[in-house]
Amino acid sequence: MPEIGWILVEAGVKAVFIVILILSAAAVSVYAERRVSAIIQLRLGPNRVGPFGLLQPIADVFKLFWKEDVVPKAADMGFHRLAPVISLGIAIAVYAVIPFAHYIEIGGTKYYFGIAPNVNIGLLYILAMTSVSVYGITLAGWSSNNKYSLFGGLRSSAQMISYELSMGLSLIGVLMITGTLSLNEIVLQQSGWGWNVFVQPLGFIIFLVSSFAETNRTPFDLPEAEPELVGGFNTEYSGMKFGMFFLAEYANMATASAFIVLVYFGGWQIPFDIGLGAGSIALALVQFAWFLAKVIFFILFFIWVRWTVPRFRYDQLMNLGWKVLLPLAILNIVITGVWIMIFG
Amino acid sequence: MNNTKNTEAERLNFMEKLYLPEIAKGLGLTMKYMFKPKFTRQYPEERFEPTGSYRGRPVLVDTTGGERCVACGLCSRVCPALAIEVQASETEREKERYPVKFEINMLRCIFCGFCEEVCPEEAIVMSKEYDIVFTSQEEAILGKEDLLVPEEQLQDRLEYLAEYK
Repeated sequence: MPEIGWILVEAGVKAVFIVILILSAAAVSVYAERRVSAIIQLRLGPNRVGPFGLLQPIADVFKLFWKEDVVPKAADMGFHRLAPVISLGIAIAVYAVIPFAHYIEIGGTKYYFGIAPNVNIGLLYILAMTSVSVYGITLAGWSSNNKYSLFGGLRSSAQMISYELSMGLSLIGVLMITGTLSLNEIVLQQSGWGWNVFVQPLGFIIFLVSSFAETNRTPFDLPEAEPELVGGFNTEYSGMKFGMFFLAEYANMATASAFIVLVYFGGWQIPFDIGLGAGSIALALVQFAWFLAKVIFFILFFIWVRWTVPRFRYDQLMNLGWKVLLPLAILNIVITGVWIMIFG
Repeated sequence: MNNTKNTEAERLNFMEKLYLPEIAKGLGLTMKYMFKPKFTRQYPEERFEPTGSYRGRPVLVDTTGGERCVACGLCSRVCPALAIEVQASETEREKERYPVKFEINMLRCIFCGFCEEVCPEEAIVMSKEYDIVFTSQEEAILGKEDLLVPEEQLQDRLEYLAEYK
């Protein structure tokens, strides 16, 4: 087989692993969400299915599969079907460039953890993909032919425009320091405790807030604001189509967490020497576990914030996006630039 | 209170306008709540034990000499949901009237306790039973044999009635 064939086989095998990982992570974070929300509200949460209710996500997905799929008569059938596919597809596609650990070396060949972690536009790719995911929500809102869905979709696109900007600008600070868009390269530069969050605290806060808006999580979950918009963009969705939106939301949360960890918290870099040779399987697994631990922390943080902060009003959201975060992001770039000019 | 500060900008001080310190405070609060004891009662295993004042399923008091009911029909008369049906007959015993048929339709019963209140013999009382389940409408109509409950099991309610009725 020619070399390109082997590359495709390798990528395919990795893709299967990653898709399984993401979907199960999404399902497990649904469980985590229900459990964390419960203990915050002095309840217990799902604890009946399996030990500690751990099989609850399986029961949930199983239920969604067997539910009737109701489609409104006046809905645009094609787009109505396409929207959840876009949402979930994009949410998974982002993982193509995310490095889960460094590499393992077998017989002189380096196998990287991730499909294309060394691609030199990784950061840009993630930004582009997460922006595209808003199409899924907007299309869902529009094709449902329901006023509440449409409002949800419109809000989503308005929100995206206001937050994508400050998100991108806050990342520029990191780019100025690292000088690369490759995610593995960014991670490598944060060896030891040289995490970017210590260098770019303002940028990190802006990025974190924008990530909440990007993933449609409370306090920025206006597109699906239940009290005012019924269910927002997913009002007219049922069965597994709704399930796909649901999984996409949690996959997006995992993506945002992974992105934050990679860019600001040193990714898979272990801050102390544990005495394992570079390229060994053991080291790669420890790196993977370390990365995963940080991602899980941020997923739990997302959930924790959701059950603490009430939803922003629409005008407050716009104010925050345009009048606060955007100027701050620009300020961050200026400060970083001056810093580099003086000390770099 | 004479609050002349109407807009958000006027109401909040600088630290509050920064949002983040306040959000951190809120996160601290929810974190505190995570470690508090939970209120959930895990129902089938941990059951709620009502006191005598609880109005559960209405039952007929069964004493050693048969039911107390004399089939006067007052309960059926007072029942706002028309859930009770009584048919009287006579026996050789000292209390010569007794119900041949005493039916409560549990789909109609609203647990108001009027039957118990109006009963001159303290023969129909509200029990502590609250998990009442049926799989068909026919099953929901309880006959005399379903309604009769030994007096000993109803002591709490009878004491309560003796004190407050």
